[in-house]
Amino acid sequence: MEQSALLRTELAGIKMQSPVWTASGTFGFGEEFTDFVDLHRLGAVVVKGTTLQPRRGNDGVRMTETPAGMLNCIGLENPGVDFFLNDILPRIQKYGSNIIVNISGSTVEEYGILAEKLDVPGVAGIELNVSCPNVKDGGIIFGTDPKAAAAVVTAAKKHTSLPVILKLSPNVTDIALMARAVEEAGADAISLINTLLGMAIDIHTWRPVLGNVTGGLSGPAVKPVALRLVWQTAQAVHIPIIGMGGIMNADDAIEFFLAGASAVSIGTANFVDPAITMKIIDGIADYLQLHHLNNIEELIGKMKL
Amino acid sequence: MPKISIDAIILENKPLGSDIYQLSVACPEIASCAQPGMFVQLQINREMLLLRRPLSIADLDAAAGTVTFIYRRIGKGTAAMTSLQPQEKINCLGPLGHGFAMTAKNPLLIGGGLGIAPLLFVAHRLAGQADILMGGRCRQEMFWPELFQPYARKIFITTDDGSLGTKGFTIDLLPMLLQQEKYDQIIVCGPEIMMRGVAKIAAAASIPCQVSLEKRMACGLGACLSCSCDTNDGRRVKVCKDGPVFWAQEVL
Ligand SMILES: Cc1cc2nc3c(=O)[nH]c(=O)nc-3n(C[C@H](O)[C@H](O)[C@H](O)COP(=O)(O)OP(=O)(O)OC[C@H]3O[C@@H](n4cnc5c(N)ncnc54)[C@H](O)[C@@H]3O)c2cc1C
Ligand SMILES: Cc1cc2nc3c(=O)[nH]c(=O)nc-3n(C[C@H](O)[C@H](O)[C@H](O)COP(=O)(O)O)c2cc1C
Ligand code: FES
Repeated sequence: MEQSALLRTELAGIKMQSPVWTASGTFGFGEEFTDFVDLHRLGAVVVKGTTLQPRRGNDGVRMTETPAGMLNCIGLENPGVDFFLNDILPRIQKYGSNIIVNISGSTVEEYGILAEKLDVPGVAGIELNVSCPNVKDGGIIFGTDPKAAAAVVTAAKKHTSLPVILKLSPNVTDIALMARAVEEAGADAISLINTLLGMAIDIHTWRPVLGNVTGGLSGPAVKPVALRLVWQTAQAVHIPIIGMGGIMNADDAIEFFLAGASAVSIGTANFVDPAITMKIIDGIADYLQLHHLNNIEELIGKMKL
Repeated sequence: MPKISIDAIILENKPLGSDIYQLSVACPEIASCAQPGMFVQLQINREMLLLRRPLSIADLDAAAGTVTFIYRRIGKGTAAMTSLQPQEKINCLGPLGHGFAMTAKNPLLIGGGLGIAPLLFVAHRLAGQADILMGGRCRQEMFWPELFQPYARKIFITTDDGSLGTKGFTIDLLPMLLQQEKYDQIIVCGPEIMMRGVAKIAAAASIPCQVSLEKRMACGLGACLSCSCDTNDGRRVKVCKDGPVFWAQEVL
């Protein structure tokens, strides 16, 4: 069967060439990767966390490698939503992939304003980042309290006609509680996981390695945790899930589909191999063919207990 | 310039001095187009290392299709690199960043520590047109003059302990060199404190000065914002994509 027929799918009304997305903050605006990736083969490009005002991010060291992973404390550096709409969006639209904008607000109202501003042709959906661990006002509070998360979803839904995805933090005790709250509030999909809070200390200087002391852990080290959270979320809600966290190859991606993800997002792996998303797409298609499946949808949530 | 990620064959990986190594790879794709000041992200398949490590191109031979790096063993990644063997493959992502503007007719290159590495490629391109001032801790660290001999016009050396060349830092010797010779540009790479000192002296003498910055990098492609830096006119730039080379007055 042709690869496109195997992989073509739809999520929250977004029609996709493949169920492979790129994770916010790890793929720039997509244009940085055009030497390596056919952007239109991706299900969606999720762009860097965008805020109402430009942000300069955190000072000092912003990333460090840790065993099988990395810590980052970029701190939501971005040029602001108006610059994105006027300067960046027109430039990246021509690549023909679905563009999802990841947004962060410091108040519920800000999520509403951002959602309204971004309800324009060329934007395929909005991902609400309520889980950035690296800024005090980056919405982390909305990511750990079910009522606050629901309020953010309600605000965004009220101000946009676009699909609204809520990105969950792994730094919670009961993911099902969070997931059900945002589903009830009307979220069209859930994505997870954002990074796990971590830190590293330089034993020569006795100082924290990261400028912000703590940072977000990503990469293969978080994969088992991410997979478990995706599975638990899939048990709790009916809306589709975009699974991510440490996916490095097609086999990792298949695990997420089996656990209940309808699409997967690739983050840290883009730093290791900038062409990795294309290899993962090919690998998923090969797997489906090998197992005589007709479409990716036949794999979703099919883990046998 | 298109970037590629490609498996290169290691030709040589040999020590040059204590903890400093020279790695040469066969990589015609990068050798054919890279400019002085550009860098490569190397993937080290050892010790379960995840991220690539950025190294400046220290020299290349476009005809032979080879690229050379000079690196200091400083942490896990560079320690693992020392065990790489000829004939092994190493994935190279590059050429990355934008290099030095090669417009000077009579430039002075100034390097400290491993910052001397990218200047070798500059000197090579300028084929006898450039003088170099280099600083190091001691004689044992100063294997550099031999490498520069075929490319540089004059070579000036300082060491912290005076065991080779003039005792002191490069910036101690610099004012005298500027009196002796009318340089039309300074190109400096090394520790930030040294680059700041050089930039100050260059500004006072009204000599344009290019610097090469170093920041921790993950993607090397301008996507992750690990390497952001402020410019003096309030912009944010990415060292990996907008640099690593800048005019001194832009960033210092
Ligand atoms: C554009 C660029 C060009 C470079 N060119 C050279 C070169 O030609 N020769 C050379 O020896 N080194 C060069 N470096 C520095 C080199 O990348 C680091 O020394 C190396 O990544 C350290 O890796 P590690 O795993 O050994 O160290 P780690 O164990 O990761 O850390 C050890 C120490 O190295 C420093 N470090 C770690 N990662 C980086 C990084 N990505 N960039 C800068 N410092 C870092 C940290 O301050 C830390 O204290 C360059 C860096 C950049 C950004
Ligand atoms: C450098 C970096 C920057 C990130 N920036 C954002 C961001 O702006 N917004 C967001 O929702 N998630 C951000 N993330 C989290 C990723 O989108 C993703 O959820 C996480 O890294 C887990 O996936 P991975 O292990 O495949 O990287 C960032 C991650 C990294 C490594
Ligand atoms: S290293 Fe990723 S933006 Fe510079």
